[in-house]
Amino acid sequence: MALINASSPHTRGPVDTGMVMRQVIYATLPGLAILTLLFGIGTLLNVVWAILVAVLCEAAMLRARGRPIALYLRDGSAVVTAVLLALALPPTAPWWLTFIGVAFAIIVAKQLYGGLGMNPFNPAMVGYVLLLISFPVAMTNWVGGAPYRTPDVLESVFQFLGHGALDGLSGATPLDTFRTFAGNADALDRMIVLHGRWAGLGWEWVNLAFLLGGLYLLFRRVIGWHIPLAFLAGLALPALIAWQIDPLRYADPLFHLFSGGTMLGAFFIATDPVSAATSSRGRLIYGALIGILIWVIRTYGGYPDAVAFSVLLLNLAAPFIDYYTRPRTYGHERAKRGAGS
Amino acid sequence: MLARLFRGGTREIFDFPGGIHPPEHKSESNTTPILPGPLPSQLILPLNMHIGAPARPLVQVGDKVLKGQHLAEGNGAVSAPVHAPTSGTVVAIGPRPIQHPSGMDAPCLVLEPDGEDRWGDRAPLDDPFALSPGELLERIAEAGIVGLGGAGFPTSVKVSLGDHQRVRELIVNGVECEPFITADDRLMRERAADIVQGIQVLQYLLNPERTLLGIEDNKPEAAAALRAAAVGADIDVRVVPTKYPSGGEKQLIQLLTGKEVGSGGLPIQVGVVCQNVGTAYALKRALFDGEPLISRITTVTGDAVARPGNYEVLLGTPVAELLQHAGVDKTRLQRLVLGGPMMGFTLHNPAIPLVKTSNCLIAASTDLLPEPEPEQACIRCGACADACPASLLPQQLYWYAKNDDLERAQQQNLMDCIECGACAYVCPSHIPLVQYYRYAKGEIRIQAAERAKADRARERFEARQARVEKEQAEKEARRRARQQANRAPAAAGDNAAALKQASLDASKAYKAAVKAAKEAENRGDPDLTRYQAEVEKRKTAADQAKAAVRDAGKAAPPSTDTHPKAEADLKKQVADASAAYKNALREAKAALAEEREDAATLQSRAETLKAEADRLKAALRDARAGQPASAPTAAPDPVEALKKAVAEASSAYKAAVKATKEAEQNEADDAARLRAEADRLKAKADELKQQLRDAKAAAPATPKAAPSPAAAAAPTTTEPAGAGGQASASDEEAAKQQKRLNALKTAYKMAHKQYKEAHSALDRARRDGAVDLAAMEARVEKLKSKADHTRDALDALMDETKASLLAHTGKDLKTLKLDAARAETALRDKSDELKRLRDTADEDTLKRLTSELGTLEHDAHLARRALKQALEEHGLTEE
Ligand code: SF4
Ligand code: SF4
Repeated sequence: MALINASSPHTRGPVDTGMVMRQVIYATLPGLAILTLLFGIGTLLNVVWAILVAVLCEAAMLRARGRPIALYLRDGSAVVTAVLLALALPPTAPWWLTFIGVAFAIIVAKQLYGGLGMNPFNPAMVGYVLLLISFPVAMTNWVGGAPYRTPDVLESVFQFLGHGALDGLSGATPLDTFRTFAGNADALDRMIVLHGRWAGLGWEWVNLAFLLGGLYLLFRRVIGWHIPLAFLAGLALPALIAWQIDPLRYADPLFHLFSGGTMLGAFFIATDPVSAATSSRGRLIYGALIGILIWVIRTYGGYPDAVAFSVLLLNLAAPFIDYYTRPRTYGHERAKRGAGS
Repeated sequence: MLARLFRGGTREIFDFPGGIHPPEHKSESNTTPILPGPLPSQLILPLNMHIGAPARPLVQVGDKVLKGQHLAEGNGAVSAPVHAPTSGTVVAIGPRPIQHPSGMDAPCLVLEPDGEDRWGDRAPLDDPFALSPGELLERIAEAGIVGLGGAGFPTSVKVSLGDHQRVRELIVNGVECEPFITADDRLMRERAADIVQGIQVLQYLLNPERTLLGIEDNKPEAAAALRAAAVGADIDVRVVPTKYPSGGEKQLIQLLTGKEVGSGGLPIQVGVVCQNVGTAYALKRALFDGEPLISRITTVTGDAVARPGNYEVLLGTPVAELLQHAGVDKTRLQRLVLGGPMMGFTLHNPAIPLVKTSNCLIAASTDLLPEPEPEQACIRCGACADACPASLLPQQLYWYAKNDDLERAQQQNLMDCIECGACAYVCPSHIPLVQYYRYAKGEIRIQAAERAKADRARERFEARQARVEKEQAEKEARRRARQQANRAPAAAGDNAAALKQASLDASKAYKAAVKAAKEAENRGDPDLTRYQAEVEKRKTAADQAKAAVRDAGKAAPPSTDTHPKAEADLKKQVADASAAYKNALREAKAALAEEREDAATLQSRAETLKAEADRLKAALRDARAGQPASAPTAAPDPVEALKKAVAEASSAYKAAVKATKEAEQNEADDAARLRAEADRLKAKADELKQQLRDAKAAAPATPKAAPSPAAAAAPTTTEPAGAGGQASASDEEAAKQQKRLNALKTAYKMAHKQYKEAHSALDRARRDGAVDLAAMEARVEKLKSKADHTRDALDALMDETKASLLAHTGKDLKTLKLDAARAETALRDKSDELKRLRDTADEDTLKRLTSELGTLEHDAHLARRALKQALEEHGLTEE
């Protein structure tokens, strides 16, 4: 008899990090489908390309750091980073843009910090912000979607390869549009892009799709409810108040909830466990602060969307939040405030 | 409480945080009735089947014994005897492998059954309640009953209450929350009436306000059986929702009462005593039937046995024989777990015996309990924190344990972890969290033990110092007395002067003794009474000398009416000694309950104190019987009187504080009044203390030779003179280095351990003639290279660190070590010299030597500290 010698517990739960990551990827599929439907296959191309780059970068870095490649690749975290970043990029992003973003995310924001679990910042958002700051034009160039024409496959491929601007196809997102014309009732009325069924044209469907995916993750218990709920409430509440005060200058809460990267951010990005706060109470605070920040930056800031900035800022604050929200241990009168992480 | 569920109106159940719901796997073993276990060819009875001191054998090899006969007696306050599970012959007494995570051998009695199963004397009680609680406790201890649900703490100790302890709730644990185990389930279904009888004994002993029996809702038959049996008894059967680990003592207390046991405390401190249903059943058997604890019910389950179920096995039955009995399929047996799947230990030697605490045996293939998957990175998902019943942050604990940052780990309450394994169960990255915690806890305990050892060494040194001082003073007094005696026939005036001198010397000696005693008291020296006796003796001598001086003037005989006072003193001593003993015993119990390393020491201390107390008691008896005590009345020494007053005042204050606390806890109305009283008492004590200080200051100072370690500055090996900025930068560097070093060390230790485990598994496989070894070999190779790799990295870093240490302190490690060794050798030589010369040398030499000794001790201390600091700063602990 060769008996196994192991430490207790001798049985493990069914959840597995690789499985968690796979669930996250499945949950992005509706969103990806809608994006492709509305804006052409640019996003799809970018997602595939980003995965490729991410896996290669991860493998190279693991090799350089002398880690077992197969074991760490299996956790799937690189793929998730790649997918989330590619989903956040405009569908017109050429291959090199994606390449820079993903490579930076994996090599610098993740592996140089010590790999999965050690990175203080959400790697996908670090990559996104780097691109936004370095290539602002390419990063705000959206095409297609009503009222414009959706680019066909060939156009998307050309765009991806970095050839030819799609003149006559490009336009601004609803968020951008509202920011430009805020306060001007006439203009706001004329902008078709602002008048979807209940929020911005087209974007409402994108966000709905991500909301669906997020609910799936909640249902499968891959993520907790604390961060998304607090996030959405933190965004909707100030929006509601401001909109009550002046609906011309401030967009309504529904518009905020279903525009830009709100749902993607709330369910897929802010919930990245590595860079978020850890306790339930901490996560409520964390999520709410992200939501509030997004509203503030969208309303007063210089950038059309703010999910990436807000998430990164709160990543920075997560250790502090952890520090002040440590649970009270059994048998202790009150929670100790010890070193955070 | 928010999380409060109401069940059936009065049945109130609370909740505890976290918890998990692993697959139960109970139905494999709980559908068949309890069956008798095998009669093995040999029974192996460890002398330590419980927590506490091992039992002492009463039999010899070759003795024929009867069933139930005492084979070994309990040894000390916390221990339990061993009985013969059946009749037969003792064939060996010696070390045998037993259930221990490290696979250690331990002393065992080996009994060869004769197959007749003949009972020895049994003394069943018709009505145990006719006995006094004390007598019952004695019987329970005699029957060798220990907690059968958990760690095996002697039941007689657990249910004997201190003077002020009051039990509000007696909690009987029938939860059995671990998967696979059904021993208590079947026991409750089949023998509910016996359990109820056992509980009634507990009620009689503890007199609780209420008795709650907790049982999980996945055992409806057991609950029904107990409810039926408990009709008319004052037992409240409460069904709790199935959730692991609701059967943990602390969690069950929380579930049923909403109370939490304070960190590091015992349930009795919140008025709760917990007992397992199996223990209650054993109590019944012991008292009503006169059968000591010689068998228990053990679940045998898993997919590698043909007849899973519950067996009533004789203690000492080897695991292999029980498996055989249950129809084991050796080709399927890949993992053997003693205990449950969440907290049990894997066995690799099926020869080990089942003991009083063995509640379950899982014989599983890797289909049922698969091999642990490789550990992946922590993604900080927090699943572990959500599952932790103690509301810890397991991911943080893991982080600190892995980096050997024991201090932070302790700050994060690592010691409150109950090792339930819920966190490791849910961890998606397959991190063996509990293994890390056990490792870190072990390290912390080792460190604490080392610290304690160092403290004891220092105390010993100081005590010796005091003794030397005292002896010197005595000798001096003797010498003077001799001189004086020689000169006695001389002129009267001379005589008076000599007497005065003698009196002065004697009072000096007395003061030195007082001081020594006080120091001993501060230290908590167990020999305190000896010092106190010494003080009495000196005092007598001094008083006599004083009286002699007076007499020389007045020629009046000294009064000797001292009897009552001596007796009062003795009485006080007896009281003190027995209080000290009780304290020590309590401490030892707590230590045992926590399985602390120093439990044995504490226990032996308690023993010493008990002996002391007994001795004093005997002395008191003698004194009362009229033997004249030799202590004459003392002119009341103001310092002494004050000291006594201070002691009394401060103990009054402490009592008041305690009363206040209790009152506050109970939210009594008079808490405020009590607090005011306590404040008043404190003020009084303070005032007295001040008076005492003044009085002491007024009294002449006694000579003092003991070195003061703080006296000299310690500039030997501190930082080199560098710019402040540089220094802090290099500090940071050093801290970083240390962290890296620690992390590497842990990594190496873990890697090495894994390699060793794999290696021994391979060896075993080879021995057992397994065929397919290639995969294992490859794994061993891989692990070995990993360990080697880490070792290399560690060595490189060590070298680097040593180099930087050299650059940093100007001395390399070797020099520092040499320094320390040299200083210590010098110290030893000097103290040897002092010892040698003590009786021959004159006073001045001795004084010189003593002070030299002091200096040397100080040097050695400094050198050692410098070494230690260097080691710590640079993360180089001695290997
Ligand atoms: S469950 Fe495992 S992976 Fe998740 S935070 Fe805890 S230790 Fe890390
Ligand atoms: S093993 Fe310790 S840290 Fe893990 S869940 Fe149990 S009590 Fe919490």
